[in-house]
Amino acid sequence: MAPDLSVSLGSLTLPNPLIAASGCFGYGLEYEQVVDLSMLGGVVSKGLFMKERQGHPPPRIVETPAGMINAIGLQGIGVHRFVKEKLPLLNKAGARTFVNVCGTTIDEYVEVCKVLSQADGVAAIELNISCPNIKEGGIQFGCSLTGTYDVVSAVKKATHLPIIPKLTPNVTDVASFARAAEDAGADAVSLVNTFLAMAIDVETRRPKITNVMGGLSGPAIRPIAVRMVWECYQLVKIPIIGMGGITDARDAIEFMLAGATAVQIGTQNFVDPFVWSKVLDGLKDYMTRHNVAKISDLIGSFDPTPPKAVHA
Amino acid sequence: MPPVDIDATVIANARLSRDYSVLSLAAPEVGKRTQPGQFVMVKPAGITDPLLRRPFSVFEVLRNGAGEVTGVSILNKRAGRSTKKLYELEPGDVVSCLGPLGVPFTPVAPPVEAWMVAGGVGLAPFATLAESLAGAKTPTTLFYGARTAEELFYLDFFEQLGIKLVLTTEDGGHALNKHCVKGRVTGPLEAALKNAGTSSSGNAAAMVYACGPEPMLEAVAKLAARYNQPCQVSVERVMGCGLGGCYSCVVPVKHGDEHANLVRSCISGPVFDGAELVWD
Repeated sequence: MAPDLSVSLGSLTLPNPLIAASGCFGYGLEYEQVVDLSMLGGVVSKGLFMKERQGHPPPRIVETPAGMINAIGLQGIGVHRFVKEKLPLLNKAGARTFVNVCGTTIDEYVEVCKVLSQADGVAAIELNISCPNIKEGGIQFGCSLTGTYDVVSAVKKATHLPIIPKLTPNVTDVASFARAAEDAGADAVSLVNTFLAMAIDVETRRPKITNVMGGLSGPAIRPIAVRMVWECYQLVKIPIIGMGGITDARDAIEFMLAGATAVQIGTQNFVDPFVWSKVLDGLKDYMTRHNVAKISDLIGSFDPTPPKAVHA
Repeated sequence: MPPVDIDATVIANARLSRDYSVLSLAAPEVGKRTQPGQFVMVKPAGITDPLLRRPFSVFEVLRNGAGEVTGVSILNKRAGRSTKKLYELEPGDVVSCLGPLGVPFTPVAPPVEAWMVAGGVGLAPFATLAESLAGAKTPTTLFYGARTAEELFYLDFFEQLGIKLVLTTEDGGHALNKHCVKGRVTGPLEAALKNAGTSSSGNAAAMVYACGPEPMLEAVAKLAARYNQPCQVSVERVMGCGLGGCYSCVVPVKHGDEHANLVRSCISGPVFDGAELVWD
């Protein structure tokens, strides 16, 4: 029998747990020429405010050991143009579209969510309360327990769509933020957004990107992200979407064992836009080798028994 | 045609100088699809440092004796960690090669002339463009500037295609049997633009194509505008993905009276109308 890769995020069922991460996949349509979007569990759009935004001046990225720092600054077309220009094409391509929603105020989050509630074909809202790169980009909500609770409560009242707050790792205790989101009625949480980071050109003594600081992503952050997913899994009951430096099926499974119901792949899209079919094949291969019929059986099945001592 | 991603074997890595090499890759499917001005994303295969590929104009589309496309080459200049690794590759090594990507040059046909303006490694997109223009019998000139005569490459290649060479070196040194004007490539370009006028049909006399360092691109675009000649500019930006996913490689572009927008040079470029680019 074919392995069952489907997973459920509350009321939402996905054919597999692989989701394209926000900011790493354009509006999804950019990748249509190399990826069958219907093959993915879901696609998360770039972050959207009510209005268009230009973002930061370049250079916007710099490569660092096993990762990259970005400060794009949430360049985006705004929710109205997204609904008009992108969403119909995503629907046509068979994508399950998650929309990453930004706001500078609670009112703006609510308004953007209301626009999306009226639109046809939005699977869920990922609430961006964690972008490290702009001052008024939601991080003020994501770094405060009451702020997280308040913004999630407000948007839950404004829309029937599943609400998935995306959490920042730039706090002392991520799990307490997952709990605040759960208490406010979140349907799931996604974590982690990027780690606030910085790189200096020692020859010129200047920053390597215009915004000076930016968000670190890629394999460099994976072990920290796995730890954070595990911490959240022990504290909350709502599903967790895990991410941070996933490059292959092994990495995806590691997040699921730590408690993730689904996973997002971000930076690896830049490294290898054909990553999706490789990870899907790898998941099936793992399930066959470990005699796992349903991938959802892996969620949180991490065994904390200490490993056997290995002598090199 | 959609781009392809190939683990391409290195056929040759010809070191032209201590900084420049021509890296030839067995990537026939990339070569067959390439139009002049398009680029590939490249890094040594199987390593995570560098993590991201780097963009390179396709330098040559390679063919065997029977004329079949066998791959592409890139003109690599050793500048950072990634280009240093590419410079050191040997035949048999493997490179991840995604492409072709981006908007190509729009070629012109006679009686309009083509003036290609290259600075340093900015020569890269002009070998394929020159072949295309020569095929259409478009009168073509290459204005080509480098720091020294030792860094002027492939001059015979262009001459054999019937392309007129106007060479400049910053130190005033001359290439083998070839006169070089001392200074920047924009000097002789401006002299030519002053005499350009319009063709018999009343259209612009020449299409200017430019690739090179940013100050050169700005100067060329502004000169072309001043002398009323159209100009296509190939820009280079720090790029993450090459496919429009990451929004790293944006350039300010202005259409008519609109305010400038930051557009992705990977999918809206790398070739832009020089009159639409906004310079800092």
